[in-house]
Order: sequence, then C-alpha cells, then structure tokens
Amino acid sequence: MYVAVKGGEAAIANAHRLLADRRRGDRTLPSITIQQVVEQLGLAVDRVMAEASLYDRELAALAVRQARGDMIEAIFILRAYRTTLPRFGYSEPVDTATMKVERRVSATYKDLPGGQLLGPTFDYTHRLLDPSLIDDAAVEEPAVKEPGEHVMRVSDILDGEGLIEGDGRMPEGHVMGDLTREPMEFPMARDLRLQALARGDEGFLLALAYSTQRGYGRTHPFVGEVRIGEVEVELDLPELGFAVSLGVVRVTECQMVNQFMGSAKQPPQFTRGYGLVFGQSERKAMSMSLVDRALRTDEFSEDIVAPAQDQEFVISHADNVQATGFVEHLKLPHYVDFQAELDLVRRMRRDYDAARTGSQDGMKEAAE
Amino acid sequence: MTDLATYNFAYLDEQTKRMIRRAILKAIAIPGYQVPFASREMPMPYGWGTGGVQVTASILGPKDVLKVIDQGADDTTNAVSIRAFFQKVADVAVTTKTKEATIIQTRHRIPEEGLREGQTLVYQVPIPEPLRFLEPRETETRKMHALEEYGLMHVKLYEDIARNGHIATTYAYPVKVEGRYVMDPSPTPKFDNPKMHMSEALQLFGAGREKRIYAVPPYTEVVSLDFEDHPFEVQKFDKPCALCGAENVYLDEVVLDDKGGRMFACSDTDHCEDRRDCGHAGHMLARKEAAE
Amino acid sequence: MASQSQIFAGAFADPVFSAQSVFKSLMDGFARPGQIMRLEASSVPPSPMGAAAGAVALTLCDHDTPVWLTPALAKSAVPQWIAFHTGATVTDSKTDARFAIIEKGAPVPGFDQFSLGTQEYPDRSTTLVIEIEALSGGVPLTARGPGIKDDVTIAVRGLPEVFLDFWSANRAIFPRGIDLVLTSGDSVLCLPRTTRIARQEV
Repeated sequence: MYVAVKGGEAAIANAHRLLADRRRGDRTLPSITIQQVVEQLGLAVDRVMAEASLYDRELAALAVRQARGDMIEAIFILRAYRTTLPRFGYSEPVDTATMKVERRVSATYKDLPGGQLLGPTFDYTHRLLDPSLIDDAAVEEPAVKEPGEHVMRVSDILDGEGLIEGDGRMPEGHVMGDLTREPMEFPMARDLRLQALARGDEGFLLALAYSTQRGYGRTHPFVGEVRIGEVEVELDLPELGFAVSLGVVRVTECQMVNQFMGSAKQPPQFTRGYGLVFGQSERKAMSMSLVDRALRTDEFSEDIVAPAQDQEFVISHADNVQATGFVEHLKLPHYVDFQAELDLVRRMRRDYDAARTGSQDGMKEAAE
Repeated sequence: MTDLATYNFAYLDEQTKRMIRRAILKAIAIPGYQVPFASREMPMPYGWGTGGVQVTASILGPKDVLKVIDQGADDTTNAVSIRAFFQKVADVAVTTKTKEATIIQTRHRIPEEGLREGQTLVYQVPIPEPLRFLEPRETETRKMHALEEYGLMHVKLYEDIARNGHIATTYAYPVKVEGRYVMDPSPTPKFDNPKMHMSEALQLFGAGREKRIYAVPPYTEVVSLDFEDHPFEVQKFDKPCALCGAENVYLDEVVLDDKGGRMFACSDTDHCEDRRDCGHAGHMLARKEAAE
Repeated sequence: MASQSQIFAGAFADPVFSAQSVFKSLMDGFARPGQIMRLEASSVPPSPMGAAAGAVALTLCDHDTPVWLTPALAKSAVPQWIAFHTGATVTDSKTDARFAIIEKGAPVPGFDQFSLGTQEYPDRSTTLVIEIEALSGGVPLTARGPGIKDDVTIAVRGLPEVFLDFWSANRAIFPRGIDLVLTSGDSVLCLPRTTRIARQEV
C-alpha cells in the first residue's frame, strides 16, 4: 500500500544533528579553538575574509570551523552574516604606498629602493612533506628587519619616466559603485569590476589568468610588484572635517605591468593590471591583476577574442557563492519538471517507433 | 569575539526591504518586465529560493498567513526549510491550506485550486530571462525586450515543430504578458500556464542570483506563445490521481517497485488531501481501505 | 525657519510594521488600480505636506531616492523632515527624482518633465505622489487595464483639467512612463502607467 513520504522536518533536524557530530569528530580528541584556526590556518582565514569581503579574522575562523574546512561554505556563511551588518559609510581609498610591507618583490628591477623582501613565502620551499610537523617540533624565532618599512611603489618609478599609464583615475564626477548595494549592469565600469574580482573565486580567476598567459587574450605581463603588509583604513567624517582611523588591515597588492603598443587613442606605454585582496594571497592578487588587464579592452581598443576579456562572462561567473548555489540546486527536487519531460520523451518515442514500424511496413509492401 | 547580530523582522534590514519594495511596485506597473534589484546574500544558497525569500520577506506582515510549496507539496525538504525560516525570523502564521494562505511561496507549481483576490503568489525563479538560452548576453536580451524583438523565440519554437512535429518545451514555457513582454513563468510545467491568465491573485517573481523581480498583476492577460497551426496545449494524464481520483490535475509519477510498478498521484498535496477529506478516493486509496 | 519639533516629530510610531502596512496598501493599490486604500499607519509631516504623502515617503524613500518637491514644499520644513526621517535628499531636477511630491492645490507639472525611464530600463522613472481634494465624488471616469476586472469607475476630485491629456500621453509611451499615487487625507489611490482612463459616455 502506498504511503506518501512525510516528515521533511524531522529528516532535516536529524541530518543537522549528524552534521554536528561529523564536524566534531572523535570526541576523545580536543576540539580546535577559533584562535588555533586564526593562528595556524591563517591563509584559509584570509581567503574566507577576501571572498566574503568581511575583514574579521575570528569570524572567518569560526566560519572555517563551522564549515568543516569547506572554503566556499565558510565564505558563504560569512557573506550571509555580512549582509545583515548596518552600513556606516564608505572608507577612504587605502594608500598602499604607505603600507608597512612584510613582503615585496618586483620582477621588473633587479634592485630598487627598499629592496626585494621575501617575507613569509612558500616560494623556494621544497615541497617535501615535513615529518617534523607531525610531532609539533619547536619552531625557531624568525629573523626580521625592523617591521613596518614604507617602500616606494614600482609603478611610481615607471610613472616618473612617463612610461606607464596613470593610476586608475575614474572619469570626472564618477560616483564609486558598490555591487553589494546596487543591481549589476553591463557594461560595467572598472571600479565595480575590481570589486567583483576581489570577491571572486580564487580558482576561477586563477584559471582565467592562466588562459591569458596561454594566448587566450594575451597581455604581455610583468609583475611590477607584489607587496603584502598592513595599511590603515580611514573614514572621512564630514561632521569632524577630517578622516579618522578605523584600524589596520593586512592586504596583498599586485601591480602587473603590461606591454602596450599604443592605439589611435593612446601612445605606446606600459599599462596596468591591478589586484588587491584582503590578507595574504598572492595567487589571488596576481590572477586578479591579469584578469583586470584583460578586461580593459574598451580602453585600449582591443578586440574581445577570449573568455578572460569578456566582462559579462567573467563577472557573471566569478562569484563562487552564486555558482555553488546554482550548481548544487540541481539536487533539489525537480520531479514536476522531470514528469513533464518524461511525458514528452515517451510521446516522442511512440511517434518515433510508429514511424519506424510504418516505414518498415511500407518497405515490405513495396517489396511484395 | 564580535557580538553576533540579532536579526530584523523577516531577516532583511529595512533599507533592503525598501529597495525591494520599490522594485516590486515598478514591477507591478510594468507587467512582465524584469526589474533589476540589488539582491542580497541570504542565509540559504543562491538557486534555492533566495529571490522568492527576499520578495516574501519584503511583503510579509504580522497579519499574513504563509504557505510554502516546492513541486506542489508542503512537505518537500526545501519547502519545510523555507517555512521554518519565516517562522523563526518573522514568527509568521503558517498553513498548508491554499485557501487560508495570504502569501504562497512556490517553486515549480501553481496550486490547483483557483487563487482569489487578496492572495499573493511568490515564485522562486532560477533564470528569469526567457531569451537567455537563445542569447546568453544580458546586453543583447535587454535590447530585444526594449525593441519588442522576439523573433528569436518564435524561431526556436518553430524549429521544435519542424524537428518534432510539436513544440518540445514542457516547462518554463514562455508567455507574453499584456501583449508586450515575453516572460519566463519560472520552471512550472506548462500545464500551469493557463492558471496565470487573468488570475485573481497578484503574482510576484523573485530571482535572487540573477537579481531580478517581475510581476503579473491580477486580471492580466498572460498568453502562452504558439502558432495558429500549432496552438498551445497542456499535458494530459491518462489516469486520475491514484489517491483522490482527481482528473485534470498535475500528477507525480511514483515508482512503486523494481518491476515497473508505477502510480500517479496529485503533485498538489493540499488539493489531494482536501479531496480525500471530502470523500473522494482513487483506486490505490480504495484498495487500502479494502485491505483494512 | 522650521521649528525643531516639526522636523524631528511625526514619523511612524513603529517603523518596521508601519512601513510594512503602508507598503502593503501601495502594493495592493498598484495591483488593483482605482481602488481607494486607507493607510493603517499615520505620519504627521510638516504643513503643507499631507499625511498620506508623508507615510508614502517614510515607507519608500531613503538616500538612494532623490525626491523632488514643489516650490511650496521646498520652502517649508518638509525637506528637513524628509532628510531627517528617511535620509533622502531633495533635488531640483525633476528628471533625477525617483519620487515627486505635490501638495493639495499646487500646480501639477507635465508628467513628461519627470524621468520616464528608458526603453531598456523603464523602471527608472519617477513616481508622482499628488495630494488632491478627494479620491471620490468627482467626475466619473472609466479605468481599464491590468489589475482591473473588466473596468472600474474612478471619480477623484481636484486633478487639473489637463490630467487626462497628460495621462494618455503617458500611456502612449509604454513601457516608459511615470506612475501615480493620488492621496487625500489618510488614503491613496494608485495608477500604474498601464491603466487606461477615459471619460464615461453620457
């Protein structure tokens, strides 16, 4: 006898209880603290902050733990929280020239004022599994220079010679957009595109950036500079007549310098691709700067011939929270639509079989 | 650690509600036109009804009675989850009875029972643009709507006919609203399209990920696209509902065993229960009673 | 100079639920053009702005929606009241305005002076909120269109003679066009751009 499936509510509650159990894992092991995540999985925390666009290490760490280490899930949790926060205003642009750099490398000059500063990088580590980490061996104190050096930007060196385009000035009277507050519209100005890229999925941007290197929208890039360090965030308060400091955030900035032959509108010069990301993420900042440059086809009268140059394609698909939601929604029930399709396929199949039988009969008759 | 926020009535902050409310009013004033809105991140995934949830959250008040269905049923998991969300954040009265509801949020179905004046049907929409699969670019489809240039859609439907002898679109079947905008009715089966025409209820459509809201006011012409020699027609089922005996309703196919056993039962669970309460019985139900 | 109490007082007693109920009346009003909707929440804006217009402003305006005011309203305490309670700025430009508010008896500018939206984005048009003498008791007109079963009679009092010409010109540029909220006392009557209005045959 048929009994309809019921009890969605109980099933959901039970599933969530099981999820909590799996999240905690073996109860004989100590539970990870939020501080441990902040301190020891710092780059995971950074990525969650960057793509959720909310700078709060502890909340990001909570999200990572709550999501059992699933990064996109953690980003989603933190974004959903961010949406509910009241807006007090828009900060002044951060001045990365005054950054207290911890890492700064340039691929375009052998040496330069401030020097090359490797900082805490995976570069030149040999990717050999390190057994000493299993036993929690003691870690040496680092050797660091005086923290917080201000060093000049590489792009300013080229700018001094007049060989690189200006630094991303928007047209006179342009009001800075915010795609979390306004509906998206194409074509999209560069400020909004950069916002979308900064929130965009690291993997997606990495793949697109890679595609430009392989000839799908080539931009002839050089890393002018990658720098990581702390910058001050300031809010202008009209009532006070001056800006007040809200605190410091750690960011990664990449200025990509690209060759450009010139066009009817522009003289031959170097052009820029720009990347700026919360926390330490060179891969993301570099990918972002490559994609930013690739998307600037309008400004340089370049033909759109590759996916990375197509802003509607790139921006519409860069957001991993949107992407994962829509891809995963396919597991929701679709049986009403499927029923409609079943009905259609059965009908078409009947027509097809009938036609075949009909034509066979016809052939038989003709043969007789 | 930072203090976590307490949420506003119906989750959304007032500024967001105002933005969505303005979009809803413009949507009603331009039936079938997709109004862009700054969709917010919701605490459920994009693609799982965030557009519908934002619309419902923006119109919902303390006097409302909410019904949520997915595939026509109140007890599918996502419907249960969305209903629980509104109970939690708005403490709203809920029902499974179509008659009692003032707001019905739906995914993929329109209730069988005719809606009445004062009711609002909120659709969850995945891809609001009816031309999207013919032209992926928003910049292009926007121009087509502006110029009322819908030739592409007719060509697509006609190609169906040329290839299959009939139009092979079974759900999300495009409609023309008030003689102007071609609109996607959301992925409801085309069986439900005629219910949209001159409906007494207000119909609102929310697409969260795609950031669009659109509307069909009550008593508004909604015509399914077709051709003179190939008029629009809806699916017909051979058998009545196995549980309540209803005919001319949309049925779910349920696989009973691994020997090809099938039964067909109402997709609209409330409608089915209502009928059984009134003494209607299908053959599977009758068998059950006989066995007892 | 407006007194402080005029500016700081007169908003909704319960902002969340009042805004919801006023919005609900507007939504139902636009979904059923020609119906007189009594607002359940009241506001007391500075004179000469009407109570219903005040409630509409509190419900729909914020810093994303520039508001145009008639000269008389602009000279009153209304700009400060709107700024304080909604965050909306007052604009001199009719085409920049998302909302335009016109008090009882003030001349009504031609509808085409406001933003009519574009063919691509017809939603980007001004919504006019006009206070009139009364929403009933005037010359009966027949209204048809979406939201109206068959037809409905509206008989508002206090609209200028040229209204029907303005309105049919507005109807003719569909999907572009302004939308209209007529107010009187604590009630509203909404006319979306889709509504066709004609004089009744004598």
